[in-house]
Amino acid sequence: MSNSHDSSDIKNHIKVYLYVFGALAILTVLTVAASYLKLSDGEAILLALIIASVKGSLVAGYFMHLISERAMIVWILMLTSGFFFVLMLIPMLSYIDQARLG
Amino acid sequence: MNIPYTVEERPDTGLYNAKLGVWLFLASEVMLFGGLFSAYIFLRFGAPAGAFHEWGQELNVPLATFNTMILITSSVTMVMSWASLKLNDFKKFKLYMGVTLLCALVFLFIKYLEYTAKFDHHIYPSTNTFYAIYFTLTGLHGLHIIGGMAVLFYLWLPGNKMWNSDPEQFTNRIEIVGLYWHFVDLVWIFLFPILYLL
Amino acid sequence: MSNDHNHHEESFFRKYIWSTDHKIIGIQYGFTALFFLLVGFSLMMVMRWQLAYPETRIPFVGSIFGDDGILLPEIYNSLGAMHGTIMIFLGIVPLAVGAFGNYLVPLQIGAPDMAFPKLNAASYWSYLVGGLVMMSSFFTEEGAARSGWTSYPPLADIEVGQTIWLIGMIFLITSSLLGSMNIITTIVQLRAPGLTWMRLPFFVWAQLVTSFLLVLAFPPLEAAAVLQLMDRVVGTSFFLPSGLVVSGELMEVSGGGSPLLWQHLFWFLAHPEVYVLILPAMGIVSEVIANNSRKPLWGYNSLVFATIFLGFMSFIVWAHHMFLTGMGTAMSAFFQTTTMIISIPSVIILSALFISLWGASIRFNTPMLFALAFLPMFGIGGLTGLPLGLAAADIYLHDTYYVIGHFHYVVAPGTIFGLFAGIYYWYPKITGRKMNESLGKLHFWPSLLFMNGIFMPMFIQGLAGVSRRLWDGGLEYAHASGVFHWNEFMSISAWLLGLAQIPFILNVFYSIFRGEKVDNNPWESTTLEWSAPSPPLPHVNFETLPTVYRDPYEYSLPGRNRDFTPQSEPKKNK
Repeated sequence: MSNSHDSSDIKNHIKVYLYVFGALAILTVLTVAASYLKLSDGEAILLALIIASVKGSLVAGYFMHLISERAMIVWILMLTSGFFFVLMLIPMLSYIDQARLG
Repeated sequence: MNIPYTVEERPDTGLYNAKLGVWLFLASEVMLFGGLFSAYIFLRFGAPAGAFHEWGQELNVPLATFNTMILITSSVTMVMSWASLKLNDFKKFKLYMGVTLLCALVFLFIKYLEYTAKFDHHIYPSTNTFYAIYFTLTGLHGLHIIGGMAVLFYLWLPGNKMWNSDPEQFTNRIEIVGLYWHFVDLVWIFLFPILYLL
Repeated sequence: MSNDHNHHEESFFRKYIWSTDHKIIGIQYGFTALFFLLVGFSLMMVMRWQLAYPETRIPFVGSIFGDDGILLPEIYNSLGAMHGTIMIFLGIVPLAVGAFGNYLVPLQIGAPDMAFPKLNAASYWSYLVGGLVMMSSFFTEEGAARSGWTSYPPLADIEVGQTIWLIGMIFLITSSLLGSMNIITTIVQLRAPGLTWMRLPFFVWAQLVTSFLLVLAFPPLEAAAVLQLMDRVVGTSFFLPSGLVVSGELMEVSGGGSPLLWQHLFWFLAHPEVYVLILPAMGIVSEVIANNSRKPLWGYNSLVFATIFLGFMSFIVWAHHMFLTGMGTAMSAFFQTTTMIISIPSVIILSALFISLWGASIRFNTPMLFALAFLPMFGIGGLTGLPLGLAAADIYLHDTYYVIGHFHYVVAPGTIFGLFAGIYYWYPKITGRKMNESLGKLHFWPSLLFMNGIFMPMFIQGLAGVSRRLWDGGLEYAHASGVFHWNEFMSISAWLLGLAQIPFILNVFYSIFRGEKVDNNPWESTTLEWSAPSPPLPHVNFETLPTVYRDPYEYSLPGRNRDFTPQSEPKKNK
């Protein structure tokens, strides 16, 4: 309920939404193009994840208004992303560990 | 007695209830897909070197790229429909919401084409671990699309009477369902490269 | 949500069955969960017959567990799996979070209801459906799940009965997620004016941290449940490795999966789940102790920060359940370190509660007795956990009765005693009448005695190396022969513990009609729920929504004319 926005504010927002749309389209093409480059596995994964993260941040930041969201929401999401990374560590940890053992 | 802060913001948190609620729901969704992403990495490490990439070659990249664009478009029209309500333009809201639903339908139709093409080539979830996680992730994502469509459709037609009785709460509802819809789009943004491109 | 103006016109059905009032939903949760606790306990009483007197006919039940009245091994496995599942997911979590959280959180923060009343009802009905699905599995041809409450693959992927278990779990997880989002939103958004974070009763803090654990830890298990369902229904191999041999035969699976993946995802939930089980009980016990010691809680701030820290840490200790899986030393070292660290906040909480008793003139009523018993019982449970957190000791102890003893001390005489304390303590708020004290003491003393009678010998058996999950209780093993006789002692204790619950059941129903009538604040307590009528008004709770002026536990402060000052009492202008 951001009724504090007046209509010129919203019109500015709409412009931003269209820019973001353009950026997302370009990045989608880029990420497909990048997959045809002769990159090593690691480089390809890194590049694809970077592009996906930029796209994701654009969606979250502008469409979901996170960029101007209240502190409470931001804190909850930071907490969540912390545990999300712990979850991503599961496979890494177990394989690194097994690789060390040989 | 009404529950406080269903429509207006609580001064010290700056939020109305449903907004906090939906973000908590999305936090749990992050962890749900997180569990599956974690499984994806686990299985990818466990498969023979390069196998995941090779198995994934069967997937139709142009079709999926088109689908990505469709979903991004639906996200833009979603946020535009919310902005239209903010501008008191109910007609435009209905238009944008309609386009959003249409995009979702197109997305599902293409997904259906992809699935049937796989089945025709005798590729099933049980074929190998890549297709196991491919079908699970895209299937769960598809269920999220279907669930979202049900809510969008409700707010588009039968539920839009609220615009006359309580426009502020109706706008809030559109914002809430929009947050969910963008999240589903965001999940796809990550699914697309990890399943189709890598 | 806004159509509740006419609540005096609600039909019986709308008021008591399909209700959106947090108090009714809390009571629904409470009775359903207590019923499931009884069911889960009964399963265990049957299992204990087989352990005490292996391969003899079970009395009273005829031949429902085997054709000749002897408990079949596969049914023993089903009972074991379902005992764990029912107690945790259908009993304690719904009672601690669903019932107590629902009923008390809005009252303690001075709110008219939960933030999302309809969602609240949905969460209860989803729980009930999940529960019924679970129970229905007993009556299917295949029978109930047999792979333990942990459902480890590959066994769980190929053993019968598991599919229904997974479907039930998905309902239960959904229910918990809806409920906990609701509780968090309620606490953040609906606190009464003046109720700042550090004025929240400790129970509310415990519920808040618990709900965060549920919201963030349950979804990975939901993901894992979906994967296991895929394995069972459409033939994927997320958890099945290539070349799996079962009963000497190569299984035809697509392969390439890993059973370890399940264990990681499962324990990523299930360790935080341990704190989901214990934190609400700590919250209840803190309230009861502060009230009956007539003193402010000692170290309120440390209690709060310890609880938050505990919540954080609980996400990075999960692999201490997996030392036996052959994971490497680096992982083991990491997880045993975090496990040792997490014992610190637990000790802070327990110490603060003990110190709160120092110098108090304690009122030994039934709720207080249960709360006091919680402290040493949880202490035993916690301290016996330390050897399990260290990989070297755990490798010897992990698959023995020692582990069963350890976590039952935490959950049974720990959490369940906390929950009993809560029931006796808040019963007057719910009904306007106190529970009978004599029956309460008749419930408490035998329960304390027999709880220890069941679980203490488990440490003895476990240290002797007796494996858990054995159908014959270790009868076939030479190393178990010296301690096997304890089984009979433990079983008799268990049945007597069952008898000891009869006064409680009688008391709950008797006191609704015949209990001593009391006013709104019979325990002379400070927190907000006691400023509401008993029972609180439908849908609004308070006659006028309260404003908070002071800290939660202002007991026995010098210079006051009473030994307690309610949070809602304005400060006098000097």
